Amino acid sequence: MNAAYPTGAVDARFRDLLAGEWMKLWSLRSTPWAFGVGAFAALCVNLNATFADYRNHPRYSEGIRELFVPIWAMRDAFTLGGAMVFMLATGAVGALVIVGEYGTGQIRTTFAAVPDRRAVIAAKALVLAAVMLVHGALVAGVSFAATQAVLSGRDAGMSIGHPGAASAVAASALLAPVCALVGFGLGALLRHTATTIVTLTGVLLLLPALVDGRSRWSATVLHALPQGAWRRLTEIGESPVPVEFPWTAAGAWTVYAVWSLASVAVALVAVHRRGV
Amino acid sequence: MDRVIEVDELTKRYGRRSSGRPVIGRPVIGRSAVRLAGPAGPAGPAGPAGPAGPAGSAADRAAVRPAGSAADGAAGPAADRPAAAGRLAVDRLGFTVRPGRVTGFLGPNGAGKSTTLRLILGLDEPTSGSATVDGRRFRELPRGLRHVGALLDAHDVHGGRTAEGHLAALARTNGIPRRRVAEVLGEAGLAEAARRRIGGYSLGMKQRLGIAAALLGDPPVLLFDEPVNGLDPEGVLWARGLFRRLAAEGRTVFVSSHLMSEMEHTADDLVVIGRGRLIAAESLADFAARGTGGGAGRGVTVRTADPAEGPGLAAVLTRAGATVRAPRAAEGPLVVTGMGADRIGVLAFRHGTPLAELSSRGSSLEDAFMELTADSVEYRRKGGAR
Repeated sequence: MNAAYPTGAVDARFRDLLAGEWMKLWSLRSTPWAFGVGAFAALCVNLNATFADYRNHPRYSEGIRELFVPIWAMRDAFTLGGAMVFMLATGAVGALVIVGEYGTGQIRTTFAAVPDRRAVIAAKALVLAAVMLVHGALVAGVSFAATQAVLSGRDAGMSIGHPGAASAVAASALLAPVCALVGFGLGALLRHTATTIVTLTGVLLLLPALVDGRSRWSATVLHALPQGAWRRLTEIGESPVPVEFPWTAAGAWTVYAVWSLASVAVALVAVHRRGV
Repeated sequence: MDRVIEVDELTKRYGRRSSGRPVIGRPVIGRSAVRLAGPAGPAGPAGPAGPAGPAGSAADRAAVRPAGSAADGAAGPAADRPAAAGRLAVDRLGFTVRPGRVTGFLGPNGAGKSTTLRLILGLDEPTSGSATVDGRRFRELPRGLRHVGALLDAHDVHGGRTAEGHLAALARTNGIPRRRVAEVLGEAGLAEAARRRIGGYSLGMKQRLGIAAALLGDPPVLLFDEPVNGLDPEGVLWARGLFRRLAAEGRTVFVSSHLMSEMEHTADDLVVIGRGRLIAAESLADFAARGTGGGAGRGVTVRTADPAEGPGLAAVLTRAGATVRAPRAAEGPLVVTGMGADRIGVLAFRHGTPLAELSSRGSSLEDAFMELTADSVEYRRKGGAR
């Protein structure tokens, strides 16, 4: 016995965990659907807004037409509605990567196979973040290209070379891994599907809608949320109205980073400390 | 220690954190575990009697209980330490499971079997005490499948994957070659269903899948929690044969069940617990001898093909030293005690008496089990018979 293959050094390669998590992700039929439906819905919302602007553009006042590029053109590329759909879709996928295991009991089989729980969580988070980065880049890239192609029919589109456009696309692309990791962290903490999705919806969608950003504290709360950071990073050009509580793009990128890293940290600690 | 599962003073209390921190990495310190009697090896189970008889060891254990427990021994562990809150699932449990043998892990529902297995696998942290495999805590291992194969609950799988997808991912995380997936699926009789989603599997098929997963890493130690639940008769036979074979290959095989009859056909050794406490840890033969009247006192039912020949055979058996109880009805069977069925068969043959039936009555193991766990059965119909 045990002659089939040696145990020892080859026993614990981290890339085997990455490969295993990759296989787990794609061996679920729901995964491609979740990615596909999320992307499709977000693109539909953005294109719908773009076509409305395309139709109405001749009737817009001179003032709006002057500001259309970049402010309104960018808002068509990434509408708030499209972003909300995208945040919920990616966050839910991130949550299900871990809650799907707790909810079914699979997590016990997983940890009996790999007792090093933190390595499992790290591998899951890495695979999730990498896949979401590609997904986010695709959706953001396609959304930008498609909406601007439509608007260019009215001579109101912009190129990726426009100042601030590239970073807005990047911010929209990164929304996918950030929200997925937030869902992942919440899932590791709460371990119940319904509870996790409701909390996730609250953090990503409801809370930003409840704070109006008109007082200092509510602006601070909004800025500290992923959605607030995304809004800040996709605002380009000079605002026609004064911004009451301005903040920096660097601050918004920091919010992205903190939510991502904190979510992974929470997942690592919670899963390591608690029984399954 | 090679391939040995060592459980020492293992305690798990749910509902309140008494120790706080997980005890991962803490060194294993002194142990006073009850060990299985009988050396492993060809000599068989007839080893020296390990722990004292039931009465003696129970008294020994009672002696180390905190004051106040003696007053009400049957009131349950919670009454032992009124100061501590929570439910005591495993209470200073100690035993050793050895390689080359199938060890049955028995206890009534809620006795703590599954909790103990989860503690061995590091899925839960013990409140105190330790459980080790090969002298190490399982959670210290970076990967598990090549060390310990386990089936805890057949439902612990994601129903959305196919059996093949599930096992392939598991194998990959442990650096196990992909070909093992088809091998273990074939072994478990799931080759045909390999590409179907697990969600559509019956319980028996899930059990087979769980056993297949346990075999994936060709591990030297295997744990199975109630593995034959839901298996069809063919599956039960297959599982028993598999456990025997794995043990014969020198592996440590630890199989839990709440049914004694299941163990009767499979186990060499038994670990019996009730209400989280150890009741017995010894060879199957020793355990059977605890049954009412002892193993030799059990009856054998003998029915002659021609009822008229009954008295004649009874006389022969009596002369040979057996005790024969007269049949209640004129044509009823003889009940023979003090002699095994094998010897009775030989005597009947020599005497030229054709037999219609020759069977050992009931199960002395079942009786021993019921008797020993009677006080620790947790979920019983109120006012019902034992």
